[in-house]
Amino acid sequence: MSDELYQKAITAHAKAAVGAGRLDRADSAATIDNPLCGDRVTMEVKLDRGRIAALAHEVRGCVLCRAAASVIGRHAQGLTRAEAQAIDTALRGMLGGGDPPSWPDLAAFRPVARHKSRHECVMLPFDALVKALEAAGPAAAGAGPAAKR
Amino acid sequence: MPPVPSFDPVSVRAAFPILAAGAVPGMNGRRIHYLDNAASSQTPRPVLDALIRFETAERANVHRGVHRLAEAATAAFEGARAKVARHLNVTEQTIVFTSGTTMAINVVAGAFGDTLSAGDEIVISELEHHGNIVPWHLLARRRGVVVKALPVTAEGLIETAALERVVTKRCRLIALAHVSNVTGAVLDLAPVRAAAGAVGAQLLLDGAQRTPHGPVDLPALGCDFYAFSGHKMFAPHGIGVLWARPELLEAMPPFLGGGGMIERVTLTETSFARPPRRFEAGTPPIGPAIGLGAAVDWIAGIDWAAATEHEKQLTQRMLDGLAAIKGLRVIGPTGLQGRIGVVSFVLDGAHPHDVAQVLDAHDVACRGGHHCAQPLHERFGVNGSTRASLAPYNDAEDVDALLGGIADAVAKLA
Repeated sequence: MSDELYQKAITAHAKAAVGAGRLDRADSAATIDNPLCGDRVTMEVKLDRGRIAALAHEVRGCVLCRAAASVIGRHAQGLTRAEAQAIDTALRGMLGGGDPPSWPDLAAFRPVARHKSRHECVMLPFDALVKALEAAGPAAAGAGPAAKR
Repeated sequence: MPPVPSFDPVSVRAAFPILAAGAVPGMNGRRIHYLDNAASSQTPRPVLDALIRFETAERANVHRGVHRLAEAATAAFEGARAKVARHLNVTEQTIVFTSGTTMAINVVAGAFGDTLSAGDEIVISELEHHGNIVPWHLLARRRGVVVKALPVTAEGLIETAALERVVTKRCRLIALAHVSNVTGAVLDLAPVRAAAGAVGAQLLLDGAQRTPHGPVDLPALGCDFYAFSGHKMFAPHGIGVLWARPELLEAMPPFLGGGGMIERVTLTETSFARPPRRFEAGTPPIGPAIGLGAAVDWIAGIDWAAATEHEKQLTQRMLDGLAAIKGLRVIGPTGLQGRIGVVSFVLDGAHPHDVAQVLDAHDVACRGGHHCAQPLHERFGVNGSTRASLAPYNDAEDVDALLGGIADAVAKLA
């Protein structure tokens, strides 16, 4: 059972830790705790006309949590708040048995669906991202022309 | 490991249906190595039989009806109270049934807490379970009492040398874990009792982790309140006990109001029943209480001198095995002195949830996380640990499966 969770794709994402660190001057940030295990994710974003121009995260968490944060680091550039929310909702849907979201890297987390106690490990960085964008207020609400991803 | 004479964990295990090979779905005939006893222990056949008997031949509400089922249910329920009282060497009137340890401590915080004033002090420690922290924080908000904490040593023990500094004349209650749910350390009771006595404070012990490891002689402990749960001591979930000295129970106002805890109700006022029923508002958890009665009977049938020796041997085997793993650190005592078979550890580079997940693949049930003791983990600079906890049905195979699983976790994660 653990093999499917700790497959190479996931451990590679966790090791890569794309986006790990802090931003010099973030426009918005959010920290979320998982009260069940004490894990904590801080997500910082810099915005340009409503889209993510830069992003950094600090994760105190398990392999699944670190891997999920790294996938965000890889793909979040140029995302609007609505798009981040849509990815978050789609990922939760996939963990509930639905189809994977549009980011192909997230399909690696499909086996987590069978482990309900681990869903929040994957969701924590995404929820933190959405919260950071919400906290940005109007700056993240209206998106300008799509930036190159 | 030489076997302990007169103790056979395999025959103990035979009383627990869930621990039999093939009992757990999806395990292809293998048995589970259950080492999550500090969270919830398993339930032996006599307890299950008592539950089935109640549900199929005695089920009714208690104390109110006159029909035969109500009589039978009341007799079984009050019979359970008598069994628990005998088990603890106290009187039935001092046994308050609750839903568990947390509720028992909340009863004290609500009822005894109602007699406290702003500025009065409650002393806890850094190693407490959240169930013995949060009720006092809530009381602090309600009544302005001050919550202070004794520090914990690098060995994971409550620093009793700090008692003199922390326990002042304003202290009304010292509330501590009898045994830590993370480190397995047993409280050094004598200095705590002396500190409480010196300032006239009451002493509450959270006995949730002590009661599964053999009978407790409450009068010999010299505490004023004792709280514990059934589900960690081979009984069903949803039942627990608050014991208190009779004069304290008599003096305390009720905590929750409702049916069963009254003497007389008019539209304008209520007078209350005497303890223990004053603190048992509403229909109690009748079946689980009867199950707890059967569990203490089962516990009484164990040779605890031999069982304790067996547990020590397994704990030593576990500690030796863990000490040999590079990058692994045990949180708390690393020897057998002053501890029970609850051992928590951190593994460099591996998150406790991931370790517990890999252990599950080895059929080992362990707990990863903060174990509802975040301040203690903060004290040790980690956000969680992996915990293995023993019961009399565990044997060397269980411990070896744990150690083998950790080696795999190291290979996969660290």
